[in-house]
Amino acid sequence: MVKEIERAGLPVVHMCTIVPISKTVGANRIVPTVAIPHPLGNPNLSHEDEKALRRKLVEKALKALETPVEEQTVFE
Amino acid sequence: MIKVVHYINQFFGQVGGEEKAHIEPFVKEGFVGPGMALNAAFKGQAQIVATIICGDSYYAENEEKAKATILEMVKEYQPDLFIAGPAFNAGRYGNACGSVCKLIKENLNIPVVTGMYIENPGVDLYRKDVYIVPTKDNAAGMREAVPKMASLALKLINNQEIGSPEEEGYIERGIRKNYFATERGSKRAVDMLVKKIKGEEFKTEFKMPDFDRVAPNSPVIDITKAKIALVTSGGIVPKGNPDKIESSSASKFGKYDIEGVFDLTKETFETAHGGYDPVYANADADRVLPVDVLRELEKEGKIGSLHRYYYSTVGNGTAVASAKKYGEKIARELIADGVQAVILTST
Repeated sequence: MVKEIERAGLPVVHMCTIVPISKTVGANRIVPTVAIPHPLGNPNLSHEDEKALRRKLVEKALKALETPVEEQTVFE
Repeated sequence: MIKVVHYINQFFGQVGGEEKAHIEPFVKEGFVGPGMALNAAFKGQAQIVATIICGDSYYAENEEKAKATILEMVKEYQPDLFIAGPAFNAGRYGNACGSVCKLIKENLNIPVVTGMYIENPGVDLYRKDVYIVPTKDNAAGMREAVPKMASLALKLINNQEIGSPEEEGYIERGIRKNYFATERGSKRAVDMLVKKIKGEEFKTEFKMPDFDRVAPNSPVIDITKAKIALVTSGGIVPKGNPDKIESSSASKFGKYDIEGVFDLTKETFETAHGGYDPVYANADADRVLPVDVLRELEKEGKIGSLHRYYYSTVGNGTAVASAKKYGEKIARELIADGVQAVILTST
């Protein structure tokens, strides 16, 4: 899906936990996430801390969308 | 006796399903689960001395740590042969099987074999490194896969010559071998061309690699003005799953209106995905689809706006051809709706 969205002309950032799989499917902008069942959260944190963590990751994704890339790039 | 160590996941290791996918690797003496059939397929020539069981999510999320632990565990048994899986179409499991086989091959220099469905992402990641026997896309293919894996493994350990992928039944590794052909190259090339012109079947001697890569698009110039859409393969749906998106091998995607939705709650949203432990997403679907923080960022003017609809499907054993179709359709709609950038989340 990532690749087809990119092919259609939309910049897309893939937020996922297993980066090697994201690379094989052809994502160009990749933001690694927390864990498979909760990529954008961490149930061990308080609600506030968890939301702060999610916000940080989403901000990273927005940054990735604003960054010119030539090849597959992982935004650590 | 040829000693074999077998690697399987928590499910085939009879520990549990997705709720146990986080377990750390541990060893059991002898065979477990599919190891029984595998052991029998060796027909007394080899024996499974130990089975390593590891949770699929644990391996994916802690790959380096898992590899170090598993390598030590395998070394203990000084095996002659290492088998992983088969993983069928389970993505995390396929990734783990390929990765662990490569690890053992490189560190212990013994033959390794695994098995997967051709669309498993583990195939593209590890086909060049290890022998992968093609299997069906689900565990119903166990009976067929196990003897093939065993016979290829025995051939490897006995130093028998391994023929072409078609002859031996493994997934092409991109290795070319020289041999003496009966006819010269120019004749073979012309014969092939004639067949091609006639529309007959012919077999190339040099397959071109299939690089289906899409170059990155230019970045968003001003994210504070951009309309951003959310797409997920994590199966987030309104509570009750109105479109009945399947928990695996999804045959459709859903498009859902989130106008006026500021937070995904356990009363309003859930996951339809059957390939990960749903507890966390069902309690708070923002953990997969970050609507809450995007609303905040929208309010603060950090993004232009969040698109009114989000798109969702279940990326669990879903055929690549289906995913491609969904992606194309979603992209067309997004462009028509004036969306400028996409955040796609996966579990």
